Amino acid sequence: MSYLADVGALARKDLLLELRGRDTLPAMVLFVLSTLVVFHFVLPGDESELAAKGLLWVAIVFTALLGLSRAFAAEREQGVLDVLVLAPSDRSAIWVGKALSVLAYLALVELVALPAFAVFFSAVDARVVGGVALADVGIAAVGTLLAGMAVASRARELLLPLLFLPLAIPIVVGGVGASVASDPSRYLAFLALYDALFAILSWASFEYVVTE
Amino acid sequence: MWLRNNRLPAFAALALGLMAAAIALIFFYAPVDEDGLNQKIFYFHVAIALTAYGCFVWGAWKALLVLWKRDEGADLESYVAIHQGVIFGALTLVTGSIWARYRWGHWWEWSEDQLVLFLVLFLFYSAYFMLRFSVEAGPRRANLSAVYALFGVVLIPVSVLAIRLSERFIHPVAFDKGGPNMAASQFLTFCVSTFAMVALAAALYHVELAGKRIDLRLRELRERLA
Amino acid sequence: MIRASAVEKRYGEKRALRRVSFELDAGGFLVVTGPNGSGKTTLLRLCSGLAVPSGGELHRDVDRGRIGYLGHEPLVYRELTALENLHLFARLYRVPERGERVGMLLERFDLWDARHERVAAYSRGMAQRLALCRTFLHDPSLLILDEPYSALDEGGAALLDRELEERRGAAAFLVSTHDPSRLESFATARLALT
Repeated sequence: MSYLADVGALARKDLLLELRGRDTLPAMVLFVLSTLVVFHFVLPGDESELAAKGLLWVAIVFTALLGLSRAFAAEREQGVLDVLVLAPSDRSAIWVGKALSVLAYLALVELVALPAFAVFFSAVDARVVGGVALADVGIAAVGTLLAGMAVASRARELLLPLLFLPLAIPIVVGGVGASVASDPSRYLAFLALYDALFAILSWASFEYVVTE
Repeated sequence: MWLRNNRLPAFAALALGLMAAAIALIFFYAPVDEDGLNQKIFYFHVAIALTAYGCFVWGAWKALLVLWKRDEGADLESYVAIHQGVIFGALTLVTGSIWARYRWGHWWEWSEDQLVLFLVLFLFYSAYFMLRFSVEAGPRRANLSAVYALFGVVLIPVSVLAIRLSERFIHPVAFDKGGPNMAASQFLTFCVSTFAMVALAAALYHVELAGKRIDLRLRELRERLA
Repeated sequence: MIRASAVEKRYGEKRALRRVSFELDAGGFLVVTGPNGSGKTTLLRLCSGLAVPSGGELHRDVDRGRIGYLGHEPLVYRELTALENLHLFARLYRVPERGERVGMLLERFDLWDARHERVAAYSRGMAQRLALCRTFLHDPSLLILDEPYSALDEGGAALLDRELEERRGAAAFLVSTHDPSRLESFATARLALT
């Protein structure tokens, strides 16, 4: 019970910080919109609906990276992570709280990005939305853990994309497959499998990332 | 007992013997099939790839020991195993690329699952080294490396699945590769060359480990003198 | 409470703390002194459990939730108010009757009137007083204070003196300082790092 309360308090704190500082979310929205505009000039010809669907996933992954690189900014700047780590609560609660707030940012950004994509390029159907939702869970789970790792390193923001992109390739495969293939259910199931596997692994290993 | 204390010479001798046997079998015993002489690289390529998997799994096992048993020495072992894995992984890419050149006429073949997988793994484990080099030596680095190494062994099967799935929308034509269709003589050659590569990797692993340990010991002694 | 024998800490080739040995009893007050780079902060982080020693034995018989840790930084969220910060940490540190406890500490450290202001708008001294509230929040039985007087003005230092006076004997203290004369009356043991 108190575990869930801890998670709630931590996630609420992140959303409150974002509401005050507006450090991350506007940047993510602007980035995803700019990316979509760039894509218009990247795609030659008119019959590139499939290619546009693929590029949507590039936009999603890179926008997520932008947000993830700021995920632990508040903790890092003030060293607050030390106090969270010393708290008697389970350390994995820190990961769950942070992953939930990252998930909320992703959902909010896509609330803008998907309609924009529909207006600029082609209609977005239920399977794309489903794929994006499932992919968000995986991105938030893995990304939060890796952001925690990157914060502990000297290279920080530089390191995160290198750590994250190889792990994001299966997400992209699942997402693009769900958007364009004739049988999306297989890809959605794959995304769900990815989410489950890596969420459990991240949840179990976060403690080691923030302690010696 | 002798074997426990002298793993390096044992593995080195084993690697030497098996490698000689493998080369002899590959060039003088295994039949030349319809792909011609070029097909011989298959015995190296697949053996090297399997060895690389072995190194990654061994590295992840040692990583698990770091986290689970708080075994400090396992950190170095995990790192060395993954280092060997990356070397063999790079060799897989090179031999696979040569194989693709002769088979299909170009250096890269996206429909070859194993090649694509090794490209992904190569990127993943290169990031592992970036991570290690940007964190100060100590228990925190051991933890971070271990967690990332464990992600690696989960990523391998997930990527295999992902690459299989991706072919269905990248190349809509169904691929039918079929199982390994090898003659007994080919299978024997394949097995010997795989064992030879594993023995070679084990020998190299112990060489690098011994070197790194001597290095650490030397530093400790120097510090004590200072 | 803490027993350290030949504890040392290295980061790669860098030696952050040379071998130290000491004991700290339940009601003890250990003052750690030493020049910059002698490893005061490292020692305090080792004792709090934020870092683990590279060599030697370090024994601590207190749960991590019973430790109050004051670092160089205030270790609070700058964009939250004092009240929001303390409520969050009180929740994570399982403080009973949070509202009253938080209010009492804010009064005590003279921050009640500024409780709805963001920490970013605080002066360095006010932030340090908030950090002290955070440290004492869960009534810890082991207090680890890294240069507690460094950012405080005279008024703040007097508040801390009063707090230490009230708690001496009831909790164990491990305090690093540049200015040992200030803690002369509290110290039961001293450790000079070189």
